[in-house]
Amino acid sequence: MKRQQKKASRDGEQMSGAEMVVQALADHGVEHVFGYPGGAVLPIYDEIIQQDRVEHILVRHEQGAGHAAEGYARSTGKTGVVLVTSGPGATNMVTALTDALMDSIPMVCLTGQVPTHLIGNDAFQECDTVGITRPCTKHNWLVRDVNDLSRILHEAFYVASHGRPGPVVVDIPKDVQFATGTYTGPKKVEHKTYRPRTKGDPNAIRAAVELIAKAKKPVFYTGGGVINSGPRATELLRELAKLTGYPVTSTLMGLGAFPASDPQWLGMLGMHGTYEANNVMHDCDLMVAIGSRFDDRITGRTDAFSPGSRKIHIDIDASSINKNIRVDLPIIGDVASVLEDLLTIWKAEKPKVDQAARKAWWKQIETWRGRNCLAYRQNNDVIMPQYAIERLYAATKDRDTYITTEVGQHQMWAAQFYGFEEPNRWMTSGGLGTMGYGLPAALGVQVAHPGSLVIDIAGDASVLMTMQEMSTAVQHNLPIKIFILNNQYMGMVRQWQQLLHGNRLSHSYMDSLPDFVKLAEAYGGVGIRAEKPDELDDAIQEMISVDKPVLFDCRVVALANCFPMIPSGKAHNEMLLPEEADDDAIGKAISASGKALV
Amino acid sequence: MKRTTTKKTTARRPARRTTKKAAPAVSHVADKAPDQTRTEPLPSPASAYFFEERHDRFERHTLSITVDNEPGVLARVIGLFSGRGYNIDSLTVSETEHARHQSRITIVTTGTPMVITQIKNQLERLVPVHSVNDLTADGNPLERELALIKIAGKGEKRVEALRIADAFRAEVVGASTEHFIFQLTGRTDKIEQFISIMAPLGMVEVCRTGIAALSRGPHAMTGLASRMP
Repeated sequence: MKRQQKKASRDGEQMSGAEMVVQALADHGVEHVFGYPGGAVLPIYDEIIQQDRVEHILVRHEQGAGHAAEGYARSTGKTGVVLVTSGPGATNMVTALTDALMDSIPMVCLTGQVPTHLIGNDAFQECDTVGITRPCTKHNWLVRDVNDLSRILHEAFYVASHGRPGPVVVDIPKDVQFATGTYTGPKKVEHKTYRPRTKGDPNAIRAAVELIAKAKKPVFYTGGGVINSGPRATELLRELAKLTGYPVTSTLMGLGAFPASDPQWLGMLGMHGTYEANNVMHDCDLMVAIGSRFDDRITGRTDAFSPGSRKIHIDIDASSINKNIRVDLPIIGDVASVLEDLLTIWKAEKPKVDQAARKAWWKQIETWRGRNCLAYRQNNDVIMPQYAIERLYAATKDRDTYITTEVGQHQMWAAQFYGFEEPNRWMTSGGLGTMGYGLPAALGVQVAHPGSLVIDIAGDASVLMTMQEMSTAVQHNLPIKIFILNNQYMGMVRQWQQLLHGNRLSHSYMDSLPDFVKLAEAYGGVGIRAEKPDELDDAIQEMISVDKPVLFDCRVVALANCFPMIPSGKAHNEMLLPEEADDDAIGKAISASGKALV
Repeated sequence: MKRTTTKKTTARRPARRTTKKAAPAVSHVADKAPDQTRTEPLPSPASAYFFEERHDRFERHTLSITVDNEPGVLARVIGLFSGRGYNIDSLTVSETEHARHQSRITIVTTGTPMVITQIKNQLERLVPVHSVNDLTADGNPLERELALIKIAGKGEKRVEALRIADAFRAEVVGASTEHFIFQLTGRTDKIEQFISIMAPLGMVEVCRTGIAALSRGPHAMTGLASRMP
């Protein structure tokens, strides 16, 4: 209420550019900013310290600020905000911006810039920020006049959060931060050109209802778009699944939109997806893709992708339609809006689903499930990584838990063995595959959810890429738990070297790893180590009960590989299952032509 | 659409300017392109998992894009083409509506039908883009280009150059006793033909504007176009 009054009163007022930045953040309801100061943003930092509406979280490296903002955005549905300086501050953000672009995370990145009269002069800490970030943002702006600043800031929030979300950059020269101009409130801003379509074509939706009702072997293939669309989309998806009784699978980014405990849940699909999910995708006669983009990790080889199905594709981004896979019925619109319309028609028409066909389909699915594709051999002497995640899940599933990950084998095991019941609980780098994402992302999540349990399921290699952010966690009392599956290898790199390169393990062994327990203590956190399966549960309990940042060194068996797997260049129904994956099969899994692929 | 006025000659041929031309005479009107009506199913899109050679038909399309005339907008558009591996055969940009700060970008591109659709969708996704119109898909657009050609020489060759320029209705816009600068306006194939004839006659320099294009008929092109197939 108070803020509302404040907002109205400041519209049209004269103030400095730096003040405008803070005012605009407050007007957009921003409570937290992740950042790192430097010469070209000092005026904004000077404003930040003189107010208490926006809290600033100081990181140790700009990339960490970016991933923290991503974690914050992904776990709340709000736009993440970062503030960094010119030159190296901006270039260090490039990885996080690209990551947010690939995974459609709304993020506003404010960068300082050298004064306008020095731009182009190779000034100290100058770089062409808008040039460098042009291909890795949804849009970016260089503000040359203080009177444009408030409008651009409001546009930036609009563009980042509307349509398919993504990162934007606003580059603000230092003289613009000092200059005085007129502030306009966010209400007066309407974007000239950017007005994404959210409402789906009613005729297409009607056609979709008909196709869904008539299908004999259908599947819902859902993605991150369902989560981006908001909690309503998740509710509607669950309702639609319940009404139809059809199976549901999801991409890595979409986990949590449909509850993992539901009998209609098939598990994740794709390269390391379940046998049942991939076979359902291959054999189905109707695929309903909802907020998913037919990524190459999902499709396997496209000429053998789900050959017998008709495909409906619901997506807010028209450029995702027919990009990788030709679909029969595209519906461009926001997932929640389209599903709402679809369900309205469905409930009005009450179409009859072919019960016999559905029963037969589920019978078939049960035989695939019967292969128990995630089985692994338990070991009493060393901890199996899959077992570690199962125990972690058992200990945390009844708590208010958020999971982030780094990238690699541990990420896939987490996706396979940790069951997500709700959206926005799973933060991982899907599109870009950024090692070092999970620890700073966990920071962002913990900032947004101070009382919750935030765990980064990490690998020993990935976690070292942004380890410095442990210092941030300690400074801001963010009790994140870094659960490291330590096999002393870059596990996924090694797995691919075994598959593709005759088991020549070129530079994938992590020699001279730090002692993670001592490292945690050096940062002022808590270190815990578990080496035997029987000490795992107690150690996990200890980790949960500690109210400090924890590095958990979970020593797991060194040479375990991540299965099931669709080898490069193979189709969904040619999965390599764990019990078949002996050394010989691994060596022969990928053909010569498949080796060229990623 | 009546087909009487549209002589589909070279309109759909990929523009490869550097390759050798056949006979430089006036034979281009005669060589008819094959019939473009499509009967086979549409090809599937490219992917990381294709190792077979692709033989989809390449089409040449002229796109007209209206954009907000803000700094960096051209870099955004051409960056999209280079970043995603699309072709640019010709590019023309200028501010067309000064009061509204709008520019019109005309791009001639070649690609499979799939890629052409992707290009359109990707362009429409750019924030400062108002509209993207595929003029080729909407009909046979009117396309013109302007070229300045400098010819140096004396004697018989100089006379011959002037004679050919006259036949092509090229205008002399600059001259001395040792050179001519011709201005020629017309379709791309006409200009290319003129250049290839002039080459042995002392041509020293060529500058071309790239294609400007409008759709035929009384109407302006459609505004925000997000029609799906």
